[in-house]
Amino acid sequence: MSGYSAPAFEFNPSLLPVGGAMVQQSQSLPLHSDEHVVMLRKVVRERSIELQFGLVDQTKLITAASEIARNTLKYGGGGEVRLQNLDTGAKVGVCLTFVDDGPGIVDMERAMTDGYTSGGGLGLGLGGARRLVDDFEICTQPGKGTAVILIKWKRC
Amino acid sequence: MERIPILRMGKLLLVTIQVDMHDRLAMTLQDDLTDRIVKDEAKGVLIDISALDLVDSFIGRMISNTAAMARVLDASTVVVGMQPAVAITLVELGLTLTGVKTALNVEKGVALLEKSMRR
Repeated sequence: MSGYSAPAFEFNPSLLPVGGAMVQQSQSLPLHSDEHVVMLRKVVRERSIELQFGLVDQTKLITAASEIARNTLKYGGGGEVRLQNLDTGAKVGVCLTFVDDGPGIVDMERAMTDGYTSGGGLGLGLGGARRLVDDFEICTQPGKGTAVILIKWKRC
Repeated sequence: MERIPILRMGKLLLVTIQVDMHDRLAMTLQDDLTDRIVKDEAKGVLIDISALDLVDSFIGRMISNTAAMARVLDASTVVVGMQPAVAITLVELGLTLTGVKTALNVEKGVALLEKSMRR
């Protein structure tokens, strides 16, 4: 993967690689500031328009990306996101993989619970983002980092 | 520093958000609005988000907090012009903006604020 550094921890997501899917237009973006989050939203918007996502699905994917990007920035101390277009032949989609080398998530069940936050937020980020996409996976190792994968398929 | 302009119209403050807001910009707007409510002795705040194609939990919280702060400062807040796709996403995300008054457009929003000011 060009320009993509592998996570510093054991990263064995069950979602990736998506079986039979061709991966196209792989790209990595840094996540180290508020401006990077805005840039990511813009790029995700462009990709979902290119794939002719409906307006609601575009908005859902961008909102989910914004939530997870903020987590990467705020709780993971910054990191990066890899964007990929997926094409299985039967359907097309966008896959976003967020990686940080921050403190990781110790209590996953609690982190996924709506309303729970270890920071000053609303605690809607993880659970909310999961509801907004089709496939969601989170891999974490305390002390090493966290990776979050979001996939949204174009509705036929 | 980048700022979102706040316009005064009588006892009302009008804000139109036309840029993709990063988190610091949202916080600046919240601070600026509370300052202006006091300085201008405003009774109503109208926030037009019709140009916003995304409201995530941070922006949603900024809107809720601004409305709550305005209420404490004796001003009402109305959020107008939310795009349907944004409304669908916001509710699915888990944010319902409880306690925030909304209207479909600026005209209806101003009418709502004027009504609440007459009371």
